[in-house]
Amino acid sequence: MSEAKTMAKDAGFSARGTAMRIIPCLDIKGGRVVKGVRFENLVDSGEPAELSARYEAEGADEIALLDISATLEERKTALGAVASVRQAVSIPISVGGGIKSVEDAERLLNAGADRVSINSAAVRNPQLISELAERFGVQCVIVAIDAKRLAEGLAWEVMIDAGSSPTGMDAVDWARRCASLGAGEILLTSIDRDGTGLGYDIDLVSAIAAAARIPVIASGGATKPQHFLEGVRAGASAVLGAGAFHRRELAIADLKHYLSKHEVEVRL
Amino acid sequence: MSEARLVIAATGAANLASVKAMCARAGVEPLVTDNPETLYRAEKALLPGVGAFGAAMGKLRSSGLDKALGARVAEGLPTMGICLGMQMLCVSSEESPEVPGIGAIACDVEKFKGGLPLPQLGWNRIIPSRGESFVRPGWAYFANSYRVKAPPTGYEAAFCSYGEDFAATIEGKVDRATKIPRILLCQFHPELSGPWGLDLFKRWMGLAGREVMS
Repeated sequence: MSEAKTMAKDAGFSARGTAMRIIPCLDIKGGRVVKGVRFENLVDSGEPAELSARYEAEGADEIALLDISATLEERKTALGAVASVRQAVSIPISVGGGIKSVEDAERLLNAGADRVSINSAAVRNPQLISELAERFGVQCVIVAIDAKRLAEGLAWEVMIDAGSSPTGMDAVDWARRCASLGAGEILLTSIDRDGTGLGYDIDLVSAIAAAARIPVIASGGATKPQHFLEGVRAGASAVLGAGAFHRRELAIADLKHYLSKHEVEVRL
Repeated sequence: MSEARLVIAATGAANLASVKAMCARAGVEPLVTDNPETLYRAEKALLPGVGAFGAAMGKLRSSGLDKALGARVAEGLPTMGICLGMQMLCVSSEESPEVPGIGAIACDVEKFKGGLPLPQLGWNRIIPSRGESFVRPGWAYFANSYRVKAPPTGYEAAFCSYGEDFAATIEGKVDRATKIPRILLCQFHPELSGPWGLDLFKRWMGLAGREVMS
């Protein structure tokens, strides 16, 4: 083994075998990209296909689309948005939001998604995770967990219905269970940090990454390069951002160079 | 309309949209078929794949596409396999030990043994085995828990490492005139590997050979 390789192993976080993924997340409503602060107060940020193409050119490793439609009418436009993003980019696309069945997932995959993420439906019907894994393979199934820090101790509760309903479930236990049911990845969002720009909830990322034994995408609150680096160091396999990218406060190419300088392997 | 230069095996796998988008970027209009005769006679054939080994093999068997693909590889007719498509051309897989593969490639597919989180999800470095390899160095996108360790006799491979070295490609039966491997199996997804993946696909289709040789 070369000296460089040994050093990478010692650094721990860069010895994963795959490059750290930077994932811009596009919240989609009525066919447009919007970004909320703490899941409310939506601001229009642009065309999904246009924005996705810009992110691929900047070096994004994957595109996450989250359909936050509230009405059936809006939901219909999501399929079109997925199809247009598929034409625009040649990197993986994951799509989440409103998936309740294998059929819902299949429609999105047929429209151009490579992977799907389920959230509330997985809590209500955990068997759906296994059904999706059997039908499409574990690599296709992401379980999105929205976690809220409890007032006491180092513990988080799983929230569903876009963060509005508490479940009484412990996020670490749930992540472990998702992995055993056939989830291929956890998309972990801190509700406390989402849209605040304060950085990831690092304790949360560490706890879930240590427990899950499957890749974890850190999400919620990262706007500055050091926030993303903290997520990597806490054990995330991918780091997700939204608002800072959409508002052009942080370019993905600059973020990748920053991570690379800090000995995180990225695809440059 | 002229005859399709590329025929895609309909496996019931769900990521056809990504493969079709790659074809569109390359200016290729593929035909998707579950007819073994059509697939066997195709100028070039593509076996895509996402999903589980056992279920996908069941689909291929019920349509008879397994035999057409096996014959193509045995006879050296241009055939590309992607991810599970590469694995299904092998003899067996640890993912579904009770279900035999097509068996055209004398390899067994096993679960990764390197101790890293599975599935392998993301971009990994491709290291061609020789300087003149058809597959070039670059970053490719993977989504797999199972892999082929090394190519069988008579085939080359580009390698990759995920806790252990494994075959990122199996390449063989090289066309003497064009230097294109008629059999090109990719563990990664060229359709999701950005411009690098598109370049590989175009060169395999014989669409970008001259421009990149110079």
